[in-house]
Amino acid sequence: MQVKGSTLLRALRSPYILLTPSFLYMIIIMGYPILYAINLALRDPTTNEFTFNNIVVAYRYYKFGEALLYTFIIIFAVIILDFILATLIALYFFTSRFKGSQIVFYIFIIPLTLSEVAAALIWYTMLSPTSHLNKFLLELGVIEEPLQLFGYVFRHRTLLAIIIAEVWRTTALVFIILYANMQLLNREYFEAADVFGFSFLDKLRHIILPLLKPAIESALIIRTLLALQVYATPLVLSGLDIPVLSTITYYWFTERFNINVASVYALIIGVIALTLGSLYIRTLRVRYEV
Amino acid sequence: MARGFTKSILSYLVAISIVVWILAPILLSLLSAFIRVEYYYGGSSIIPLSPQAYTLDNIRLLLILGAHSALIRSFQVGVIVVILSVILGIPAGYALGRFILRGGGTVKLIILSFRLIPVALITVPIAKLLLTVGLYDSVVGLALVHTALALPFVILITANIFASIPKDLEEAGLVFGMSRFQVLLRITAPLALPGITASALFAFLISWNEVFAASVLTLTERTLPAFVISALGGGTRGVAPDPFKFAAILFLVLPAILIMAYIRRYLIVMWGATR
Repeated sequence: MQVKGSTLLRALRSPYILLTPSFLYMIIIMGYPILYAINLALRDPTTNEFTFNNIVVAYRYYKFGEALLYTFIIIFAVIILDFILATLIALYFFTSRFKGSQIVFYIFIIPLTLSEVAAALIWYTMLSPTSHLNKFLLELGVIEEPLQLFGYVFRHRTLLAIIIAEVWRTTALVFIILYANMQLLNREYFEAADVFGFSFLDKLRHIILPLLKPAIESALIIRTLLALQVYATPLVLSGLDIPVLSTITYYWFTERFNINVASVYALIIGVIALTLGSLYIRTLRVRYEV
Repeated sequence: MARGFTKSILSYLVAISIVVWILAPILLSLLSAFIRVEYYYGGSSIIPLSPQAYTLDNIRLLLILGAHSALIRSFQVGVIVVILSVILGIPAGYALGRFILRGGGTVKLIILSFRLIPVALITVPIAKLLLTVGLYDSVVGLALVHTALALPFVILITANIFASIPKDLEEAGLVFGMSRFQVLLRITAPLALPGITASALFAFLISWNEVFAASVLTLTERTLPAFVISALGGGTRGVAPDPFKFAAILFLVLPAILIMAYIRRYLIVMWGATR
C-alpha cells in the first residue's frame, strides 16, 4: 500500500508536476502552431519559397478593407450595447430580490451556453421576411410589407441583424462577470453609505462602479477579444456580404484553398488581439499608478 | 408603502422584459422547426393553430440530408474532448486549488489568457499540420483543438472546486487511519465529483458549439455546426430552405439547454473568476 501510493503521492505534493501536462499540451497545440503560422504566411503556396507575396495578396483582396471595417464596427457596437445592458441588468439583480428572481436570472444567462450558429439561426428565424415578427407587425398594420433585412441589397440592414444577434447572445457573458464581482462587494460599505444618507445613485457612482473597475476592465478585455473572432453570425446571416476577418480567413482556406493567405489573415487577427489586449492592460496599469 | 408597490411592479416589468427578450426568440424558433413549409410561407396567422400545420418532416429532412452523421460526429468529438480535458485539467486544477504556489497568480493569469487566443490563429496552421500527418478531416484532429479551447475552463472550475473542499475532512480521514491514497479516493474524489462532472459537461458544450475550427478542419466529417454552415452555402441566400435551418436550431439548442440546467451554478465560477 505504502509503496503503491508513494509515486502518486509524491506527484500530488508537487503542484508543478501536476501543472506540466496541461501546459505542455497548450504549448504544443497553441504555441507551436502560432510560430508555424508565421512560417506559412511567408511561404509561396506552390514553390514553398520565402516570399512577402501572400501579404500583398491578402492586403489587395477587395474584401479585406471592408472586413476590417465591419469587424471593428461590430466590436464597437456590440461592446457598447453589451456593457450598457449588462450593467443595468446586473444592478437590477443586485438590488431587487423577488419571488422567481432566481429563475429570471438563469433564463437571462441561457445564451451563454448557445453556439454562435444557433444564435444566428434563431435571429434569422425572428427577422426573416416570413418571420413571426413580420407577420405580427403586418397583422397590426404597423408595416405594409415585410421588413427586409437580408440579401446583398439590404446588407447594411443585415449588419443591424448581426449586431442584434450578437448582443442577444453575449450580454450574458459581460453580465455574469459584473454580477459575480458585485456579489463580492463588502456590504459594510453600503451600510456606511446608508448611515450617511447616500442615495442609490451616489452609491452607484462612489461605491459600486469604482470597486467594480477591475471587473469591468477584465470583462472589456475578454469581450473585445471574443468579439474580434465573430464568425458564424455574419457568415450565417450574410454570407460574405458583410465580410469580417474570420469569414475571409475561412473563405481563403476553404474556397480558394490557399492556406498561406489564410495564415496571413489569421496572424492579422492575432496581432490585433495582442495589440488590443496589451493596450487595455497598459491603460489599466497607468490608472492604478495614478 | 405606495413607493414599495411601484417598485415591485417595476421590477416585475423588467423581469418580464428579460424573459421575453431571451425566451421568445428561442421558443418561436423551436416552434418553427415543427411548422409545415406551406403554413410557414403561406399562412397569414402569426402562429398557426390547426394541428395540421405541424409536422416532423423538417426534422426528418435535416436528418436525411446529413445531420444524422453530423450529430454522431459532434458527439464523438465531444466525448474525446471531455476525456482529454478532464485527464489533463484535473491535476492542474488540483495544483491550483490545493497549493499555495509561488507565482500562482501568474500561472492563473496565463491559463486565463489561453482562453483569449483567437481560434483562427491556431486553426489555420494546425490544418496544415494535420494535412501533413494525415489527420485532416478526422474526429481526432478536431478534438485536439477543441481540447485546447476547453482545458482552461476545466482547470479553472476544478481549481475552484478543490479549493472549496475543507481540509479538515481529509485530516479527519487520516486520523481514523486511512492512507493518503484512501483519503483521495474516499473523501476528496466524491466531494469533487459534482463539480468535475460540471466541468466535463462544459468541455462537451464548448466542443458542441465550436464552429470555426470545425468548419476549417473537416471536409466530409462535419460536426453539426460545421454541417449547418456548409449546408447554408454562404449565407441565408444559400441552398438550404428555411425549415431546414429551424430544425437545425433544435439540435443545436436542446443539448445546450439540458447541460445548462446542470451546470448553471458553475457558470458564475467559470466567468466570475476574472483574475
